[in-house]
Amino acid sequence: MDTQIFGMANLDIAWCPGCGNYPILKILKQALAELEIEPTNLVLVSGIGQAAKTPHYFKTNLFDGLHGRALPAATAIKVANPALTVIAESGDGDMYGEGGNHFIHTIRRNPDITNIVHNNMVYGLTKGQASPTSQIGFKTPVQVGGVFLEPFNPLAVAIALDAGFVARGFAGDAEQTKEIIKKAIKHKGYALVDIFQPCVSFNKFNTYEWFKKHTCYLEDSHDHSNRNEAFKQATEKEKLPLGIFYTNLDKKTFEENIGIYQENQQPLYERKLNFGKLHNLIETFKIAD
Amino acid sequence: MDNNVTFQKNDLSIVLCGQAGQGIQTVEYLLTRIFKLTGYNVFATKEYMSRIRGGTNSTGIRISSGSVRASVSRIDIFVPLNQGATQHVEKRISPQTIILAEKETISDDFDQTRHKFIDVPFTKTASEIGNKIYSNVVAVGTIASLFGIKLQTVSKYVKQFFSAKSDDVIQKNLAAAKKGFNLGTHLLGPSKIKIDIRNDANVKDQILLSGTESVALGAIAGGCNFISAYPMSPSTGVLVFLAKQAKDFGIIAEQAEDEIAAMNMAIGAWYAGARAMVTTSGGGFALMTEGLSLAGMLESPIVIHLAQRPGPATGLPTRTEQADLELALYAGHGEFPRIILAPGKIEDGFYLTQKAFNLADKYQVPVFILTDQYFVDSYYNTSCLDLSDINVEKHIIKTGVDYKRYKLTENGISPRGVPGFGEGLIAVDSDEHDEAGHITEDLDLRTRMVDKRLRKCELLKNEIIPPELVGSEDYKNLVVCWGSTYNIVREAVKNLGRDDAAFLHFKQVYPLPRETINYLQKAQKTIIVENNATSQFAKLIKLHTGIDIKDKILKYSGLSFYVEELTERLDGLLN
Repeated sequence: MDTQIFGMANLDIAWCPGCGNYPILKILKQALAELEIEPTNLVLVSGIGQAAKTPHYFKTNLFDGLHGRALPAATAIKVANPALTVIAESGDGDMYGEGGNHFIHTIRRNPDITNIVHNNMVYGLTKGQASPTSQIGFKTPVQVGGVFLEPFNPLAVAIALDAGFVARGFAGDAEQTKEIIKKAIKHKGYALVDIFQPCVSFNKFNTYEWFKKHTCYLEDSHDHSNRNEAFKQATEKEKLPLGIFYTNLDKKTFEENIGIYQENQQPLYERKLNFGKLHNLIETFKIAD
Repeated sequence: MDNNVTFQKNDLSIVLCGQAGQGIQTVEYLLTRIFKLTGYNVFATKEYMSRIRGGTNSTGIRISSGSVRASVSRIDIFVPLNQGATQHVEKRISPQTIILAEKETISDDFDQTRHKFIDVPFTKTASEIGNKIYSNVVAVGTIASLFGIKLQTVSKYVKQFFSAKSDDVIQKNLAAAKKGFNLGTHLLGPSKIKIDIRNDANVKDQILLSGTESVALGAIAGGCNFISAYPMSPSTGVLVFLAKQAKDFGIIAEQAEDEIAAMNMAIGAWYAGARAMVTTSGGGFALMTEGLSLAGMLESPIVIHLAQRPGPATGLPTRTEQADLELALYAGHGEFPRIILAPGKIEDGFYLTQKAFNLADKYQVPVFILTDQYFVDSYYNTSCLDLSDINVEKHIIKTGVDYKRYKLTENGISPRGVPGFGEGLIAVDSDEHDEAGHITEDLDLRTRMVDKRLRKCELLKNEIIPPELVGSEDYKNLVVCWGSTYNIVREAVKNLGRDDAAFLHFKQVYPLPRETINYLQKAQKTIIVENNATSQFAKLIKLHTGIDIKDKILKYSGLSFYVEELTERLDGLLN
């Protein structure tokens, strides 16, 4: 499938020149095209922020909701119509800050969705405040003496919650990141792909060069079914590993657990109320002998 | 004292009181069903503390030859199961109240010279069976026997109620019911207490329904197939009911991590073609308000069951109030249309919730079902719900390639497609958006989009549920009320016995029905009755009609009005 199928005409893109969002947009379109996912069968769900505008540069179904609230909406969309491919995509502030509680509980709920997080370690749209993943010492107009909060570690949290698929990519490496995203989309259940990207306007510290210098791919020998090993890699600070940290293929999805699709595959919009059953239920309130 | 009492009246009020954990709810459940099955009219409501064990809770049951649908202060038979219970309802006990209690248990709670007290060994009998925990079922047996109900009927319901428990528990509860029954027949005997309530032939084909059940059944009848909620008294019953029916009706019932998630899930579900609702109370709804605004912007249907309890903040978690009307009315940033319905009669919960789903889908707006603890926790026998006019009206279209979710239309409604149904793409955005649903900062288009959304406000006025006038058309005095107070006001106004008084009940409070002004202009005197401190509905009426209702009967103690209390207060204002 050609990526042009997702192409939009006359776009006025709101991102800064050189923004790490551009390669991620391109990578995602390529991954979806290679997986032969039709635009009509795809829903991109996002929150608020620069990364959250990604769906608008895509020819597909989109639900651009509230700041931090992409995951509950994405979960419901998937469970209301499991035939759809659902991707929740937003930035680190949106997914890990404002939406932190949903991040935790969506992993526990395990809907078959892919969660792509553009992680640039800064708030861009609000002009340069610290994000949950900002590094200690990072100075901003608000964190004037430098960040002193422990950076949020999304991979370690996800592994601790036994998420079925946990990975990290880098916007500067299109080929490997695309392969990670493809595997995440194919994974049955919740899949997290945290993607390092620079913010050229507000993060002069974590640049392309910085990421290249401070990241390395997990070795081929890394056993991503080993949760303890995955956790150990996720807490590495010297060099930040990239790749697939952890997979658990034995988990039932939310759609499977919810119990209404075992006998009937129809999405909710096609279903009809069984008036006979309702009549019978109401009759029980007569408390007859 | 004289224990020979005959209740000549055909309307009895029984109140049972005990600690949380003593099974007062079980008593209420069993007795109401047993009375209904026997052919008596029955009404029950409860008041309880926000705790799992201890404290003092009570249930009030009215049994009558004619229909009874409202809470009374009067207690004819009082059954306290723990010490302290009497103080809990002291103001409601009169010299006419018969107290059935175990002397040892309640010790000094009563003055035997003032109270009609009959010693009934509920706990002692329960202990003989093996545990004082059975005293509630002993009481059920005793009360049932006073009404001449067959032991067989009592046993049947006791057995059914405990059917999920072990055989030992079932047998012990059956024994408790039987011993209690014998206490009633032997200890009290027909020569001492005689109750004169006749069967009502109409009761048999009626249903015994609570407000919670009514709303939940209405949701099913509205085609609800998705409910997401976070538990919060007094709204949780609807979630529990739908979760129980989930398998049979193909409903997704999900307990969300918080109300924010619940609301955003429900909106996401509508986007994908589900018919979704949330159920919550004031504090939880406060968390949902950003999502409500999202529904306003996305033009997403959403049904919100908001069961009010007293605030601010945590307030009185298990009590009642009508103080969140303005919250529902003004919640959510920005300007967008909404509908607020407020059931009065129990069956209103069913018909209004059913209709809420059709209205939400048709106009793509939020629709509130505004109840309260009194409404959801009360129940009575009423005509069977009529499904003959019920339709699940779906307003989803199959989209074509050029589909635009926010097409500018004359009436403001843009046909709604869902992803995967047709060739079109469904784009929705919380930002201001163009017709295709994509983010825009075209300020002329912004104005057109606001106008389009607000055009629906006018459209909604064509489908307003009119208020119900009860009493003489030629009234001089008009009592105005809304929501859960319907039956209380009805009985109180009837008690006044005045030809010149009528009452007007609103089950749609917003948009305000057009007829409102005509009804109010016709009255020489208008009195508003509201279960809040600032007469929120009177303020709404003034805003839309210019009429200032000066006579107000308000209550905000956490309890609903009692019929006698309201009668007295109305009488005071009318004379």
